[in-house]
Amino acid sequence: MTVRIYVPNDTGARSVGADEVAHAIEAQLRIHAPDVTVVRNGSRGAYWLEPLVEIDTADGRVGFANISPEQALSLVEGGLMPTASHPLSIGLLDSLPWLRDQERLMFRRAGIIDPLSLADYRTHGGLTGLERALTLPPQEIVSEIKTSGLRGRGGAAFPAGIKWQTVRDAVADQKYIVCNADEGDSGTFADRLLMDADPFQLIEGMAIAAIAVGATCGYIYLRSEYPHTIQIIERALVLARDAGILGASVMGSAHRFDITLRIGGGSYICGEETALLESLEGKRGVVRAKPPLPALAGLFGKPTVVNNVLTLAATTAILARGGAHYASLGVERSTGTMPFQLSGNIRRGGLVEVPFGITLTELVDGFGGGTASTRPVKAIQVGGPLGAYLPAAHWHTPLTYEAFAAVGAMLGHGGVVVFDDTVDMGEQAEFAMAFCAHESCGKCTPCRIGSTRGVEVIRRLRRGESSKKNWQLLDELCETMELGSLCALGGLTPMPVRSIMTHFAGDLLSSAPSEAPIEVSV
Amino acid sequence: MTDAEDAAALAELLADSPTTAEHLLPILQRVQQRFGFVSPMAIRQVASAFNLSRAEVYGVVSFYGDLREAPVGEHVVQLCMAEACQAMGCRTLARHAEAALGVALGASTPDGRVHLEAAFCFGNCALGPTIRIGDRIHGAVSTSRFDALIAALPSRT
Repeated sequence: MTVRIYVPNDTGARSVGADEVAHAIEAQLRIHAPDVTVVRNGSRGAYWLEPLVEIDTADGRVGFANISPEQALSLVEGGLMPTASHPLSIGLLDSLPWLRDQERLMFRRAGIIDPLSLADYRTHGGLTGLERALTLPPQEIVSEIKTSGLRGRGGAAFPAGIKWQTVRDAVADQKYIVCNADEGDSGTFADRLLMDADPFQLIEGMAIAAIAVGATCGYIYLRSEYPHTIQIIERALVLARDAGILGASVMGSAHRFDITLRIGGGSYICGEETALLESLEGKRGVVRAKPPLPALAGLFGKPTVVNNVLTLAATTAILARGGAHYASLGVERSTGTMPFQLSGNIRRGGLVEVPFGITLTELVDGFGGGTASTRPVKAIQVGGPLGAYLPAAHWHTPLTYEAFAAVGAMLGHGGVVVFDDTVDMGEQAEFAMAFCAHESCGKCTPCRIGSTRGVEVIRRLRRGESSKKNWQLLDELCETMELGSLCALGGLTPMPVRSIMTHFAGDLLSSAPSEAPIEVSV
Repeated sequence: MTDAEDAAALAELLADSPTTAEHLLPILQRVQQRFGFVSPMAIRQVASAFNLSRAEVYGVVSFYGDLREAPVGEHVVQLCMAEACQAMGCRTLARHAEAALGVALGASTPDGRVHLEAAFCFGNCALGPTIRIGDRIHGAVSTSRFDALIAALPSRT
């Protein structure tokens, strides 16, 4: 057996030194053990272990966590491979509870394979979904997605099968598949991890969507804040074309489909699907009023499927294993698995893919191991910058779309950001409005003006000025934004603000800001 | 570079690009990459090539945060100021960075070496605070690591 050493080539792993670790190992092996191969795999999403070096053994892959370049040198000193009994070893990766207790579908290959090896992708079950799709009448592909109950993973949770059906039923000379890879929500990195670790899965999912609805053109709209991911997707598209997965004849079939990569311009609002379409058309990313739905009049006015990275990726497993299998996971109308992203002040942060229905306590205490600072958790923000801050009373709510809506919260894209007891919730409320003001596209008044007025009112409250009057004003302002905004940015910015008014009122009323707020205008 | 050289370089970029509306943002991104900002002259030339008004092109330039209307410091250092990094102390890091470099977020150092600014999320939320320097993302950035990263920046040649 050729021995292989794995060092992730992932944005997160590289941010804490994975490249330096890989170089140190490669230099050592070149001299002492030229037959050992260094594989740059993706990350398993266990960011608390990065840089995580893995080595093949007869029993499986053994891990060495938080490796510095100096430790990397000592690991393979003289070309000798360390074993599970090495002091830096964390044992077999397959036995690690943090990974073992997950139920990975979308992320089943993440960290296991070389992201840019199609051979690896195939060996680990890749392309079976697309191969099956090519044997089905397109309507049956759509029906399979409907059976699965898959809902959009970008945040809005719209049933994917219904969206695909609408595009399929539309009559047009051209239809488009647009992948929304503009993952702007703070606390979320599942799209980025999937594209870094398993980019062919996204390409396969887009091809399945194209065949299902009759589209020949696809776009991936990827944010500029992910420079490493851009390189990986660029390369993956070239490899997929060379292998005939994309092009005039998808895997030798009669279907034509190709994908163009477009890079965002640093604008959060372009993650909103209609603003994204405007941006793809070369314009300012200003949201469109709906109707018409993008499914009927989307990119260049043509019927368009706009789906998140994870939604498209999920379709590969649904086609491979059947919609019924997918629907058997999860709870009620929240079917399948959800990749939750544990971040912020957390000891064991990273990506946890489990069926819907787990609780925040299980995620944050169980998987996450509490805060990184070891102080008590005060608030958990779920669902990105537009999601609610939840106090301890809600940490036992099952993570499903329905249960979260019932407590004035949302799952969004699955971000779970943990704050310890040093957080000033008044400052967080002010930031929610300031972020909306910074990112508003400016089309509708409640969002454009409301967010700026929101910052002012919250500042007055935090200074203790006319508390009763300003509290009522903030309440009314939130209602105006909720009911009057064109899209989710203005419509949902009140969610974190209201959650703080409800659960952390004391912070909002009594916190006298000691320092001037950091101005984030760019 | 002289205006004439800039104009020639711009013309070269434009010659390689289709000029239908959907290619406007990509070409402006290439202009930004090549020159570090999108000058009024570039707006004029792009508008002419795309058969658009200067106002239409300026509208796109002014909308996207990545497109700059004026040149900035040599090394762009972006601090993530979003929630996950806030939970790990990015506000403290930002105050430190402002003090260490002697400039506020959104400004360049007087010697033109560093441009410091806020950004929102690099998808590295389990390893905050995160910063970006050029195309490199750095995680778990303490104040001392920040100082080391700044000190290691190559000087202008």
